[in-house]
Amino acid sequence: MDKTLYISSSPHVHEGGTTAKAMRDVIYALLPCVALWIYSFGIIKPSVVMALCIIGCMASEAAWEKVRGLPITIGDGSAAMTGILLALNMPPNSPWWMALLGGVAAIVIGKQVFGGLGYNPFNPALIGRTVLLISFPVQMTTWMMPRTHEITSATPLSDVKIAVGLTGNIPDEIKAQLGSVLFGGFGGQLGVVSGFALIAGGCYLIYRKVITWHIPVSFIGSAFVLSAIFWAVNSSKYPSPVFHLFTGGLMLGAFFMATDWVTTPITPKGMLIFGAGCGILTILIRLFGGYPEGVAFSILLMNSATPIIDRLTMPKKFGLVTQKG
Amino acid sequence: MNPVSELKRGIWTENAVLKLGLGLCPALATSSSVENGIGMGVAATFVLICSNVVISAMRKIIPSKVRIPAFIVIIASFVTVVDLVMAGFLPDLHKALGIFIPLIVVNCIILGRAEAYASKNAVLSSAVDGIVMGIGFTVALVAIASVREILGNGSFFGINILGSGFVPMLLMILPPGAFLAIAFLLAGMNQVSAEK
Repeated sequence: MDKTLYISSSPHVHEGGTTAKAMRDVIYALLPCVALWIYSFGIIKPSVVMALCIIGCMASEAAWEKVRGLPITIGDGSAAMTGILLALNMPPNSPWWMALLGGVAAIVIGKQVFGGLGYNPFNPALIGRTVLLISFPVQMTTWMMPRTHEITSATPLSDVKIAVGLTGNIPDEIKAQLGSVLFGGFGGQLGVVSGFALIAGGCYLIYRKVITWHIPVSFIGSAFVLSAIFWAVNSSKYPSPVFHLFTGGLMLGAFFMATDWVTTPITPKGMLIFGAGCGILTILIRLFGGYPEGVAFSILLMNSATPIIDRLTMPKKFGLVTQKG
Repeated sequence: MNPVSELKRGIWTENAVLKLGLGLCPALATSSSVENGIGMGVAATFVLICSNVVISAMRKIIPSKVRIPAFIVIIASFVTVVDLVMAGFLPDLHKALGIFIPLIVVNCIILGRAEAYASKNAVLSSAVDGIVMGIGFTVALVAIASVREILGNGSFFGINILGSGFVPMLLMILPPGAFLAIAFLLAGMNQVSAEK
């Protein structure tokens, strides 16, 4: 009989979670949104865009790791998930090369140059989107109208921005359309057409403990409060908080982008600060910035603040007393 | 002194921008087109050669305590020459490079060579050092600018080479493109050097 007593440091029990399992949960959570988007924009075009984004991400990750002589990690699903999130951030009628290039930019510039998964300071999918938005402003802001599939050049957010810039007021027809925002009636990025599908997916992630409630709640809450203040001051110039929450990428950002494990704070207090920063910056960029949409920029800016937030919200060691005098 | 190995030193092993990390500001700011890159490279090379020669010739009479102000005065005189000549004969280029021509005064490559080389070596070898370092700087600028102009504008030296179907990637012409182009060139050069 083996009488050796093995002593090892904690943890002693592993619950079997892996990166691949978590990524699978995120992909499941995105399914309702993907389904609604296919219903809204037709099957072929959005599917091609998404497939090309995923191929761009996975192929560039494999190629980079092959060249660097590193273990190939496309099996963990993180590159595929970056591809899906990137596709949900692009117009469904994007040209094929833009989808591929976005995938390559997301993985190479956003992730692999920093050392791969776990080392990237910024959300790779948002890096991909931002590279595309700055490089190809025309293609990135040419949207399809849901269901009719008509090509339009403006989202409700840019409609509002242009109208307020010209006349100082929000046109009535946009106010009237507000009801349809909730069910994805507006033109927009693939994934942001439906707030409810995203909320459902987000709740699934919280239920599966892939993410915690802190960031989505403080992101959406702070955006709601700040936009409500502006709306209360002057409702003919500033859109209502409901409009802000259900347009653009806010829901997608709050549940799926701002909750990325790698690029956001790890302490609960830090997560609340992070979410609040994202919400406030988003509303400020939308109302006063040069671009109609600010979710991607606000999350990237807060990503860069993550290390300092973590350092400032470090929990006190148990029993630690600060000496007085 | 072997001119070939000196040239290799300036372009590759001690390339000011891509190996020593000097003169990054002008390399970032003036590399949005190959034309600007060459303009900046030639202007800096001229100043570098002249200041190296004069500083080397005066190295025994400049007291070491005030050598930096003395170097800067000498460099600034030649920058003024370049600035006025360019404004007179190449007004478009002068306009495109803008503040970065006067800023050659504080370019760390030029002060760096004055301090590290010209103030310790004879006039002829200082002149050669100025030439090879200037060529290295120009080559680095042209390399960065080529990447940025081809991707960001579909053209090389102002001539469209990628056809009208090419959609330019504006990011590469904008400031972030300079950082990306320099970073990838630098990484590529380090990789090649490491494999040797």
